[in-house]
Amino acid sequence: MTATTTPYAELKAPTTARRLLTAPTTGPLVALLLACAFFSLSTDQFLTGGNFSLIVQQVMVVGTLAIGQTLIILTAGIDLSCGAVMAFGSIVIAKMAAEGSVPPLVAIALGLVVCGGFGLLNGLLVQKIPLPPFIVTLGMLNVAFALTHIYSEEQTVTSLPGSLTALGETFPLGHTDITYGSLVTIALFLLLAYALSSTGWGRHVYALGNSAEAARLNGIRTSRLTIGIYTVAGLLYGIAAVLLISRTGVGDPQAGQTDNLDSITAVVLGGTSLFGGRGSVLGTFIGVLIVGVFRNGLQLMGVASIYQTLITGVLVILAVTVDQISRRKAR
Amino acid sequence: MSRTTRLPSSLLRVAAVTGVAALTLTACGSGSGSDSSSSGSGEVKVGLITKTDTNPFFVKMKEGAEKAAKENGAQLSTAAGKFDGDNAGQVTAIENMVAAGVKGILITPSDSKAIVPAIQKARAKGVLVIALDTPTEPQSAVDALFATDNLKAGQLIGEYAKAAMKGKTAKIAALDLAPGVSVGVQRHDGFLKGFGATDKDVVCAQDTGGDQAKGQTAMENCLQKSPDINVVYTINEPAALGAYTALKAKGREKDVLIVSVDGGCTGTQAVKDGKIAATSQQYPLKMAAEGVKAVVTYAKDGKKASGYTDTGVTLITDKAQDGVTSKDTGYGLENCWG
Repeated sequence: MTATTTPYAELKAPTTARRLLTAPTTGPLVALLLACAFFSLSTDQFLTGGNFSLIVQQVMVVGTLAIGQTLIILTAGIDLSCGAVMAFGSIVIAKMAAEGSVPPLVAIALGLVVCGGFGLLNGLLVQKIPLPPFIVTLGMLNVAFALTHIYSEEQTVTSLPGSLTALGETFPLGHTDITYGSLVTIALFLLLAYALSSTGWGRHVYALGNSAEAARLNGIRTSRLTIGIYTVAGLLYGIAAVLLISRTGVGDPQAGQTDNLDSITAVVLGGTSLFGGRGSVLGTFIGVLIVGVFRNGLQLMGVASIYQTLITGVLVILAVTVDQISRRKAR
Repeated sequence: MSRTTRLPSSLLRVAAVTGVAALTLTACGSGSGSDSSSSGSGEVKVGLITKTDTNPFFVKMKEGAEKAAKENGAQLSTAAGKFDGDNAGQVTAIENMVAAGVKGILITPSDSKAIVPAIQKARAKGVLVIALDTPTEPQSAVDALFATDNLKAGQLIGEYAKAAMKGKTAKIAALDLAPGVSVGVQRHDGFLKGFGATDKDVVCAQDTGGDQAKGQTAMENCLQKSPDINVVYTINEPAALGAYTALKAKGREKDVLIVSVDGGCTGTQAVKDGKIAATSQQYPLKMAAEGVKAVVTYAKDGKKASGYTDTGVTLITDKAQDGVTSKDTGYGLENCWG
C-alpha cells in the first residue's frame, strides 16, 4: 500500500526547499549541470548562448516525442511506435502541402489527426482487448513505417511552402538566435508538467501507473484514462512531426527510425521509472538535454560519434540501476 | 519516507555522471587525445560526416582522412549517422561542427535531397562543404564533389559481362540497393548501358540494401522465379556473395556470371577465389584524403574546391576479356579498402 501513497505524499511536499531536495529531477539536473561544467572547461565553444540555443533546437523533436513517451511510461506502458508515427505524420503533412495543394494549416491539422488516430488506436488495443503495450506499439511501428514508405513512394518531399517550416525560423534574443520550434517544445513541457503535477488528471495518471486495479477501485475510470493518454501522446507525435519538418526543411520517409529508443532513453535518464507511477516530464526534459549536451560537447571536443553512443548506453544503465536501488530501499 | 529514499538516489546519479565524465576523458586520452589537446592551437579544423560508423567503406574513408589530416597539420573530427538514411543525425553533426569552428566539412550524404538545407546553412557561414562518394541533389548544393563515377563503374562490369557471355543469350538478375538511392540507380543503369541491355532484359530485380543476407534471399527468390538466370548484376560485393551462396546451394555457381561494384578487400578476395567474376573497384581513401587537402588549401589561400573530381574506378578480374581494360586481383588486393 505504501507504494501507492508515495506520489500523493510527494505532491503535498510542503516547502519549496524540501521539494527541491526531494524532487526526482534533482539527480538528473545535477548530472546535466556537471556535464555542462565539464564541457565548458574542455572547449571554448560550449559555453555560448548560440550553442545552447543549438542544443535545444537539436533536441526539440525527440523532446516532444519524449513527453508522450513519459505519459505512457508513467502508466507502466511503453511506446515503440512514436518515431514511426511521427515520420508518417510528417510525410502526410509534407506531401499534402507540397503536392496535394492543400493549405499548410489544413495539412498540419490532417497530420495531427493521423498521429492522434494512431495514438487512439494504440490506446484502444492496449485497453479494450487488452494487449501488452510493447506488442501493440511494436506492431504499430511496422504499420506506420510501411505506410510512410508506401505513401511517400520512398521519395523525400522537397520544396515545401515556407509556412510549413516557419517554426524552424529564428528570432534574435540578445546575442543568440532562438527558433520558434524550441519555444513550442518548452511550452509543451511546461504545460504537461503542470497538468501532471497540479490537476486531477495528473494525479490519476500516477495512480494508474502505481496500480491500475487500486486506481479502478478508487473510482478512477482507468479505461478512458488510458485511451486518453495514448491519444494525447499521438497528438504530441503530430506536433513533433511539424517540428521535424520545420527543422530539416523536407519531408523525409527515413526520419525517426531510432527516435523511439532515443525518447525512451530521455525518459529513463530523466528519472522516470519504467515500472510506472514515478517520474515527471520535467525530468524527461533534463534527460533529453543530457543526451543533447553530450552529443554536442563531444563533437566540439572532436571525439568520434561512436563514443556518444557508448556514453549514452552507460548512462542509461546507470540511471535504471539507480531507479532499481532506490525502489528496493523504498520497500 | 520518500525523502530518505530520494536523496541517496540523487547522489547516486551524481556519482554516475562523474564516472561517465571520467570515461569521456579516458576515451579522449586513448583515441582522440591529439584532437582535444590541440584545440585552439590554430590548426585547420576539418569535419568528416559519414553515413554510418560501421560500414568498412566509411571506416576506410575515415582512415584516409586521418592520415591526410596528420600530413597536412589539420585537426579532424568525425561524426556519422546512426543508420544508413539517418538524415537528422547528419544535420546535427553539421551544426555541431560549424559550432566547433570547422573550416570545411566532408560529407557522404545519407539522403541526397534532405541534407541540402543544412548544408546551405553551413555554407552561408563560410564553411567549405565537399560531398564524398555520394552527390547531393542538386549537385550544386555543395562546393565540390569527390566521388566515384558510379555510372562508369556500372558500365565497366556491363561491358565485361557482355564480353564474357560471348554472344550467349543473357538472362539477367539485378540485385539492387534500394529505391530512389542515386548510387544504386547509377550503377544499375551503367551496367545495362555497358551490357547494351534495357530493363526489359532484366528477368528479376530485387532490393538488397547492399546486405549479404538479403542478397542471398533475393537470389533464392530470383532463381525460384527464373531458374535459367545466367548473369547476376549486384550493387556491391556483400550482395554478390549472398547471391553466390544461393547459387551454390542450387549447384549453379559455375555457370552463372556474377559481377559487382565496390572493391572492398573481402570482395576482391572473392574475385580472386572465383566466386565473383569481376568487380569495379572504387577508392574511398583517396576521396577523403583529397577532401582534407582541399579544406586545408581553402583555409590557407581562401581558394575553394569546385565541381566534380572523379576519384577513379578500376575493373578487377582474373579472367580478362578481349577489348575490356582490367587489372588482376593482385593489383586489386593492394588497393582494396576495408
